[in-house]
Amino acid sequence: MAVDRLESLLRDAFPNAPELRVEDRTGGGDHFQVTVSSPRFDGLALLEQHRLVNDALAEPLRDGTIHELRIKTKGTT
Amino acid sequence: MSEISERIKDVIENEPVALFMKGTPQFVMCGNSGRVLEALRAAGAPVAAVDILPDPSIRQELSELSGWPTIPQLFVKGELVGGADITQELAETGELRKILENKLGTDYGDGAEERVVDVLSGTRA
Repeated sequence: MAVDRLESLLRDAFPNAPELRVEDRTGGGDHFQVTVSSPRFDGLALLEQHRLVNDALAEPLRDGTIHELRIKTKGTT
Repeated sequence: MSEISERIKDVIENEPVALFMKGTPQFVMCGNSGRVLEALRAAGAPVAAVDILPDPSIRQELSELSGWPTIPQLFVKGELVGGADITQELAETGELRKILENKLGTDYGDGAEERVVDVLSGTRA
């Protein structure tokens, strides 16, 4: 399932995330809300935080798995 | 560089506030594009909007230039601010106004209007 695939990609990119969630917003398997808090975000601007998430999900973004992506990121400090 | 890519670059570099979106400000075709537009309207920003839907190459070339995979994309004075979530978050904290003021001057909203730029034909309506 797409949610599991996204979650595992994010787990690989943010192994120490105290909070990591992928929600299927519409139930259609292509509109997602991603919530990640990670020490990797500490000290980074919002743009760079989202860039890290986009990078982690580059493959499903490219192959059309993700039709719409909402991102919420938080540092841990 | 392709012609479309050149035109996209021209919009990013020369429009104070450039919004690449699905649809136009008059006819928004996606909720995320609508969220950015509302944030910009609330901040009283001048908006030059580019509809990416008419040709898939617009989106391709744009993402290549910006390194940002999703639509919408907001640029202020040539610099990527972010997509819908970032823009909305910045708007909620008041940061969006500060960015606009810092980059465009405190009078950025004077005579602000919404325009649509067509990167396929190169005309600006």
